[in-house]
Amino acid sequence: MTDNRGDGTVPVGLPAWLYAPACLGALFVVIPLVAIIARIDWPHFVPLVTSESARAALILSVKTSAASTALCVALGAPMALVLARGRFPGRSVLRALVLLPLVLPPVVGGIALLYTFGRQGLLGHQLELIGVRVAFSTTAVVLAQSFVSLPFLVVSLEGALRSAGAGYEHVAATLGAGPGTVLRTVTLPLVWPGLVSGAVLAFARSLGEFGATLTFAGSLQGVTRTLPLEIYLQRETDADAAVALSLLLIAVAAVIVVGSTARRRPGLS
Amino acid sequence: MRRLLAVVAVAAALCSACSSARPPAGTLTVFAAASLKTPFTELAHRFEKAHSATTVTLNFAGSSDLVAQLDQGAPADVFASADTANMTKAVDARLVAGSPVDFATNTLTIVTRPGNPRGIRGFADLAAPGLQLVVCAPQVPCGAATARLEESTGVTLRPVSEESSVTDVLGKVTSGQGDAGLVYVTDAATAGDTVTAVPFPEARGAVNVYPIAVLEKAGDRSSAAAFVELVTGAEGRKVLSDAGFAQP
Repeated sequence: MTDNRGDGTVPVGLPAWLYAPACLGALFVVIPLVAIIARIDWPHFVPLVTSESARAALILSVKTSAASTALCVALGAPMALVLARGRFPGRSVLRALVLLPLVLPPVVGGIALLYTFGRQGLLGHQLELIGVRVAFSTTAVVLAQSFVSLPFLVVSLEGALRSAGAGYEHVAATLGAGPGTVLRTVTLPLVWPGLVSGAVLAFARSLGEFGATLTFAGSLQGVTRTLPLEIYLQRETDADAAVALSLLLIAVAAVIVVGSTARRRPGLS
Repeated sequence: MRRLLAVVAVAAALCSACSSARPPAGTLTVFAAASLKTPFTELAHRFEKAHSATTVTLNFAGSSDLVAQLDQGAPADVFASADTANMTKAVDARLVAGSPVDFATNTLTIVTRPGNPRGIRGFADLAAPGLQLVVCAPQVPCGAATARLEESTGVTLRPVSEESSVTDVLGKVTSGQGDAGLVYVTDAATAGDTVTAVPFPEARGAVNVYPIAVLEKAGDRSSAAAFVELVTGAEGRKVLSDAGFAQP
């Protein structure tokens, strides 16, 4: 839009001084990444990231993050719709509560989950009676990841719903479409990019989840020890392995974030 | 342009403010293994009483974390490790002045839910099927000790979780997630009646030795040496034994 002078608009530049803090901010993010790459023990990089424990951790991380993203979409999309379009008292309070995990330290989330789904927890005892044991299982990892990732999906999709507005939905309803038809044929196609970016954020957050998992799920190879937990543990004895695994995690996250934004850009602009 | 310079100047000022990490004179910085928290807090208090001009700053963390911090240039005067392996790392990295002194030992004990509902009598009972056993991962000192016990007793454990710190093991048992765990005697002592400790004779097969040393970069060597003397002397032995530690 900045180059479009045909309609008489004047391009708005940025004040020059803004570039200094912006560059400083970019360096603040980029330099630590460069520092990790500089510390890599390249001759041993491949053996370190393909060791049995590293592979188990990576596979578990990708699997659990996919499962928690699916859970976030299944629960978060309806939540975002209700928060953006629903009419009921206490909606702003509900929104604040739903977004709470965004500001909670993950370890607090882990403790909260422990006292909910743990063996002595609020629901854990009932679950145990029907033969479901969440403690120390992969399910616990997915629950921990979903708990911290859900607000990312809700915020992202609710923002998309609000900025899209309800105009087209009103038109469709005026033309006689029922609520189900409006949701399926108007609302969802309109906010699809918001849903996708919310899901990507949720996946990325799940991939990096550490505190809640450590507190709530435990740590066992192939069952609950995700990549961040493996990095934390390797750090104890083998700094080179921890650094190599860190780069692996960064690479996986970068592929997901870059890949999904690249695919979405044509539709957005 | 002047505003741009102002922004850069402010940023530079912020950066220089955070780089002056060297503590002021009269401060003794002690890096100690997390398991030493109770006795070292008490000993630091006594040291300050005897040397009123000195303030003791304590930094507790996992021994390998502390060595990594020291290696990256963290300023400290004294280092107390929970095992010889990490002290050896510090010595090899030329961080230590003189030679380390062993001042305490710690052994593992079984902890169970209060009242020991699963009736665990000894180490072999930990292999019982269905028991939710939590241990330390072999990469950390308490897990290495656990692995040595498995080897010496021939009992193969099937834990549901291998935690990266002994406090996490204790937390899993006190919160009721795990039925039993293997922790240090001193952790069981700190936990009080939130767990039941079940000592077992085989624990003598894996004793963790705690060494302490004055660091190469110590600001005031004589003050650092005085703290080491307090820890290794009669008063230190008494405080350490109250916390559950044994003598080497």
